[in-house]
Amino acid sequence: MAAKKSNGYVGRALKRVEDPRLIQGLASYLDDLILPGQLHAALLRSPYAHARINSIKTDAARACPGVVGVFVGADVNQACGVIPCAALMPDQKAPQHTVLASDRVYFVGHPVAVVVAADRYAARDALDLIEVDYEALPVVSDPEKALAKDSPLTHPHLGTNLAFTWTLAQGDLAVAFRQADRVIKQRMVHQRLIPMAIEPRGCLASWHPGEQTLTLYTSTQIPHLVRTLLPAMIGVPENKLRVVAPEVGGGFGSKLNLYAEEALCSHLAMRLRAPVKWIETRRENASATIHGRDQIGEYEVAVKKDGTVLAVKARSIADLGAYNQLLTPAIPTLTGSMLSGCYKLKAVRMDLLGVYTHKMATDAYRGAGRPEATYTIERLMDLIAAELSLDRVQIRQKNFPKPAEFPFNTATGLTYDSGNYQGALKKAQELAGWTKLLQQQAAARKAGALFGIGLSTYVEICALGPSKMMAAGGWEWGCVRIEMSGKVTVITGATPHGQGQETSFAQLSADALGVPMEDIVVMRGDTAVAHYGRDTYGSRATVIGGTAILMCIDKVVAKARRLAAHLLGTKEKQVEFKQGHFSVKGSPKKTLGWKQLAAEAYVAKNIPKDFEPGLEASSFFEPPNCTYPFGTHIVAVEVSRETGEVRILKYVAVDDCGPQINPLLVEGQVQGGIAHSLGQVLFERAVYDENGQLLTGEFMDYPLPRAKDIPEYIMDSTVTPSPSNPMGIKGVGEAGTIGATPAIANAILDALSPLGIRHLDLPLTPEKVWRAIQKKKH
Amino acid sequence: MIPAPFSYLRPASLEQALGALASHEDAKILAGGHSLLPAMKLRLAQPRVLIDLSRVTDLKGIREDRGQILLGAMATHYEVESSPLLRKSCPLLPEVAAHIGDVQVRNRGTIGGSLVHADPAADWPAAILALDAEMEVAGPGGRRLVKATDFFTDMMQVAIQPNEILCSIRVPSTAATVAYVKFAQKASGFAIAGVAAVVNKKAATVQVGITGVAPKPYRAGAVEEALRGQLLTSNSIAAAAEHAADEVETLNDIHASADYRAHLALVNTRRALELAASR
Repeated sequence: MAAKKSNGYVGRALKRVEDPRLIQGLASYLDDLILPGQLHAALLRSPYAHARINSIKTDAARACPGVVGVFVGADVNQACGVIPCAALMPDQKAPQHTVLASDRVYFVGHPVAVVVAADRYAARDALDLIEVDYEALPVVSDPEKALAKDSPLTHPHLGTNLAFTWTLAQGDLAVAFRQADRVIKQRMVHQRLIPMAIEPRGCLASWHPGEQTLTLYTSTQIPHLVRTLLPAMIGVPENKLRVVAPEVGGGFGSKLNLYAEEALCSHLAMRLRAPVKWIETRRENASATIHGRDQIGEYEVAVKKDGTVLAVKARSIADLGAYNQLLTPAIPTLTGSMLSGCYKLKAVRMDLLGVYTHKMATDAYRGAGRPEATYTIERLMDLIAAELSLDRVQIRQKNFPKPAEFPFNTATGLTYDSGNYQGALKKAQELAGWTKLLQQQAAARKAGALFGIGLSTYVEICALGPSKMMAAGGWEWGCVRIEMSGKVTVITGATPHGQGQETSFAQLSADALGVPMEDIVVMRGDTAVAHYGRDTYGSRATVIGGTAILMCIDKVVAKARRLAAHLLGTKEKQVEFKQGHFSVKGSPKKTLGWKQLAAEAYVAKNIPKDFEPGLEASSFFEPPNCTYPFGTHIVAVEVSRETGEVRILKYVAVDDCGPQINPLLVEGQVQGGIAHSLGQVLFERAVYDENGQLLTGEFMDYPLPRAKDIPEYIMDSTVTPSPSNPMGIKGVGEAGTIGATPAIANAILDALSPLGIRHLDLPLTPEKVWRAIQKKKH
Repeated sequence: MIPAPFSYLRPASLEQALGALASHEDAKILAGGHSLLPAMKLRLAQPRVLIDLSRVTDLKGIREDRGQILLGAMATHYEVESSPLLRKSCPLLPEVAAHIGDVQVRNRGTIGGSLVHADPAADWPAAILALDAEMEVAGPGGRRLVKATDFFTDMMQVAIQPNEILCSIRVPSTAATVAYVKFAQKASGFAIAGVAAVVNKKAATVQVGITGVAPKPYRAGAVEEALRGQLLTSNSIAAAAEHAADEVETLNDIHASADYRAHLALVNTRRALELAASR
């Protein structure tokens, strides 16, 4: 395909074209948008995790200066429809999820009423004047307790807290366990995390009564999916709805959703005939934007005494929270699919219980289900090595498929596209100075230090995905237009929101078209510009969206070739296309560039018969398979015996995401992912108390990694192309956070292993580590 | 994150500020605003009137005064951190300042504001106690001095009347044998156990102030007693540090349990004394 022609942008670590506007404050985020006459919405949210609403008095709030309206569930729920879940399980018991609570609230942060006012201050002040008579009801905030017979019910009318059961059973588990010399068991808790994007959510809805059209600006990863889903809620037809995602200040999955506020503001804008804006506060963001993880698993692994891993069995509980957001039930099933890691298992079984509790919904976040799988299998590999007294590197190597065995069918039913797990492991060991590191550890241990080395050899699933796997299409759309001036407009439906595709798509387009990058503009994020798209999540944008762009370029080049043949007075197959110029084979002196061809194509006075004017093409790319990036991370740590604090001494990451369009972007993605993992391993956790109160609802209580927490990274890569797309690329958005968590955890637990500590659940806070050390002392 | 309505006054002198304080009910003094404004944005604090001291020049600056060092209550953390005078004559204060928040916070937050707010996990109180500082407080009846040990009365309570304003903090010159060792709460950066130590080798005494551990910051009297007249060795320090959390009720929250806090108080007391003695 066109990508093979290159004038050398692809593969270069170019600075991001997005950054100058972002770092100079010249970019427009949601709150920067101001429409004439816009009103401001503020939401009253439940302070109770479970309560009956006996009455709501809004008179005083309505009388507040500047207040335009105060609405409760009974006023808007009918008109706003039901918040969709695209992943409900067959026979799943699910509560109806309305935009405002009606007679009960089910989690702290549950929206109860909305005030619309002339400014944010009036709206906020009026909230304090709404009187709600709550009658507190019994709360369940622990998913294991929620399964007990006498547990309070999250949704009493459902009669149970068990939303669904789901089983993945591949291979003959009974045989595998019978053949095993040893069965190793471990319970692991994957703690609840709060995404905490630096820019909270927000939206601005604008109704155009003349046209009967609605424009919704929203801080989202998925403007196209919002446009697909919102019409069913608010009754505006899809072709009268425009959704715009301006600059988005972080998503990490938390903005891969359709939220109550988006439908509510849309409805209110129509109802009040004025633009309605809502900006989320940090506390709202912590309590009413989706959370991640919250799975508890009892794992068993069957092994031969030589270290051959035969099978993994999991009984897992996923805490869904009170409601199903867009993908809530699907996330823990991804854990099952990736549970075999990068190993040749014979059988895998996962029995999953989805459980409701009085908490915010969980959904896609930082790896979405795969980090749980990688963490589990990589912890298990270390536990196997420890119990069988085998080398943890060797047992990993022993169970890897060989590079020649790809495409490799996993025990969980997936087909890994390509891989060279040995290569990445070897390179990481070299970079880490593995042998020397082991000597250093031995010396440190002799001196009484708690020195640990950890590794993870991970594989993950990216480029989600073929449409057969997805609820509403897994393709991606793109459009390439050579403007009349010869400048190039590239439009992607993949809606990057920080990943840097304005740069990488310009790089690949510039090479394929043979034009300078400066001549290219990449547009995204507005459904009136990018007509179709499935947006960015699951590390899909470059693989699927980038390929769609290349398909467009192939079409545009073919069309230009036809025009060039006509203008050069030759046959199409005699026309050669090289570095942006078309010429007749053998006479390279007379050439036509994009500028001349575009002018002719649009002026259209001298074009071939039946030639459509213009030079533009659009394409949908349907990926034949997902991609499976992989790598090895190695970490060395020292743990303080006295305080339990962890110091990272060395961090080595070797990641293989196939050929890299821009290595600087790859490095940035991996670095950010590792930082996320450091947070998860060392200190992040959402804490709900037994009353369902969120105790970590502010940055004062929920720690995110800061610059000073980040160690120096030693980073490199291997390159194993994927056969599933012409560029061979694999995606890298979540690799860091999937590979890093088990590597860091394994290092800390390795440091503690001389004390007889086998496993601790994350986060490994100083106090938790100190307590574990104290316990072993006595 | 929008505060409840309030009115705003910006007096030009201390007299005007005291007058404003006397004539408004439910008024709050605004210094750097780094504790008050977040509380107002969460509507945990809803004062009707804010009296901004930023134009009161008398409350600014750091200077020598009759053998002591006088810090204006409106001195920012950064001014303390970077003061050549303090670095030379009272190095504990710049060392503590460097532990507060981040650069932005240190550029706005003030030592006086922090002391009056009296967050039980703030950094300054440990130093102020260890240094035996004195607070100069102005009120309708004139000025008075309050000793550091009398200043912190309870959790978020200090010995200042509602009609009074903290003007300055007086600290003695010290030798270089001082140190502050802190274990920070990961999210907020506040102290879970912050220990300030002042070692006077000539007099063979130590003074230890501890913050973050108990409902109010305290002097570790038992530690000081154990080391009075003693040669400071790792053994004597370690033995004395065991008493760092005697006589206090330790805080307990999701960030650190009571016994872990007490343990950190011991560890950091030992570390701070060793560090101070080594300087």
